[in-house]
Amino acid sequence: MDIRKVKKLIEMLEASNLGEIEIREGEESIRISRASSVSPATVSATNVTPGPAAPATAAAPAAETETPNANPPGHPVTSPMVGTFYRPPALNANPFVEVGSGVKVGDTICIIEAMKMLNEIESDKAGTVKAILKENGQPVEYGEALFIIE
Amino acid sequence: MIEKVVIANRGEIALRIQRACRTLGIKTVALHSEADRDAKYVRLADESVCIGPPSAAQSYLNIPAVISAAEVTDAVAIHPGYGFLSENADFAERVEQSGFIFIGPRPETIRLMGDKISAIKTMKKAGVPCVPGSEGPLDNDEKKIFKIATDLGYPILIKAAGGGGGKGMRVVHSEATLLNAIAITRAEAKAAFNNDTVYMEKYLENPRHIEFQVLADEHGSAIHLGERDCSLQRRHQKVVEEAPAPGISEKVRSRIGERCAEACRRIGYRGAGTFEFLYERGEFYFIEMNTRIQVEHPATEMVTGVDIVKQQLLVASGEKLAYRQKDIEMRGHAMECRINAEDPRTFMPSPGRITQYHQPGGPGIRVDSHIYNNYMVPPYYDSMIGKLIAHGDTREIAMARMRIALSEMVVDGIKTNIPLQQYLFNDAAFQTGGVNIHYLEKRLGLS
Repeated sequence: MDIRKVKKLIEMLEASNLGEIEIREGEESIRISRASSVSPATVSATNVTPGPAAPATAAAPAAETETPNANPPGHPVTSPMVGTFYRPPALNANPFVEVGSGVKVGDTICIIEAMKMLNEIESDKAGTVKAILKENGQPVEYGEALFIIE
Repeated sequence: MIEKVVIANRGEIALRIQRACRTLGIKTVALHSEADRDAKYVRLADESVCIGPPSAAQSYLNIPAVISAAEVTDAVAIHPGYGFLSENADFAERVEQSGFIFIGPRPETIRLMGDKISAIKTMKKAGVPCVPGSEGPLDNDEKKIFKIATDLGYPILIKAAGGGGGKGMRVVHSEATLLNAIAITRAEAKAAFNNDTVYMEKYLENPRHIEFQVLADEHGSAIHLGERDCSLQRRHQKVVEEAPAPGISEKVRSRIGERCAEACRRIGYRGAGTFEFLYERGEFYFIEMNTRIQVEHPATEMVTGVDIVKQQLLVASGEKLAYRQKDIEMRGHAMECRINAEDPRTFMPSPGRITQYHQPGGPGIRVDSHIYNNYMVPPYYDSMIGKLIAHGDTREIAMARMRIALSEMVVDGIKTNIPLQQYLFNDAAFQTGGVNIHYLEKRLGLS
């Protein structure tokens, strides 16, 4: 296992309030745990017995900080239906909201078109639009996050 | 050939449809509820769309969601599978109006066969034998009602015109209870099917359930693929199916089968369908037609060698049927066991995580199932998790192979009806063959 990877894991552990990180890659696995308050993290590496290659998995907390797909913090407004996502009310109009817009509960924030019908989607939270997760004209499925409101 | 198909169903049939699409190079779009996100066919599909929360009403039965999913994925056709929206004529109509191909018959055909009274009228005209009955809806004329029942002879059956699959039926043994029975059946029918039209039929006391598989294209060709015997049932749900039906001669098969094919030609049937009959004392009596692919289609596939789902896709693509009637031969015997996630004794559903799965194999064994090791059987849908099919040169060989396959099959972590299936395959009367539709319940002491 790459020593730079191990060093990065130690840094991640120290920078967080995690007690332990374990990574498995193929036949190798490494666990780094924080020993009581005094000494810095100790490292122990074990070789898993050769077997069918396991997909690389990481302990959940580590994954969250690394995955680019994780949603930013805040309340996600999810799609209540399958359809096409549109930001403005009409073709050449301005979008309902931009990042930074303030919204109240019940404000229309986008349109989802399904079966030739345009459905106005309302915000279910008051706050500021922190992120817009889909692009104009993109297909969306049921439950997909569209906006983050904080 | 259709380029992309939306599979508007779940479970084993979604996988079955996907497999047929893949053999033809057709791209698949797997629709799923939130509960089916990790389904095997979702992972294998070219695209997948989450169409709603777990509840069937808000997902698999949600017509706008299904059609919208076809729109956003630019699909060409929609395969409805069985159950859910497969026999919903309004759905078929909206699919076509939205510019997609509905893989199944035309909406007006679904409507015609969905109304049991008009289905029977149509079949009679086509020379298909039917159960003696009122030949039309019952009105409120009590004298007339009593006369119809007396002429037919008790016991008689009150049936909902909008029903089917064993739902909305009531047996009446004597004149004393007749009017009450009609009133109750009407009320139930109104609640269940939003249609309180009822009709009357002679009640056959010990029939077998024998059905005929048909295929028809849009070029005027219609053929039958022989029959299946589905008499082992519990509460009108089939438990074991087999093809061909024990004791039915080639002559009888041809005669009834050809009547069904002729009926298809007359009504301009399109795609796969099944004519259901009750068979008693050597006579066939038509009860209803299923205008869709059925759960038990593999039994017919094993004895005829025809890939029925593939034929559905070809017909929907505008092609001619790949077979003529003289090409169809019944070879050997096939049995199918429905594998359900339920207690084998109490029939209580048993959803949950499958901690260890091992499927059987060997000559003549086919497993149609979407489950895999660690799969979570969701609690929101019906309990069938797969089908185990065994084929052999004779019925005895097919049954022996099934016994072995059942003993090899492992589904740990949940309860299944495998022990019940093993019990049935060791039952003497079932081994002899030809048991009627009440046999299973009587054997288990359930009736």
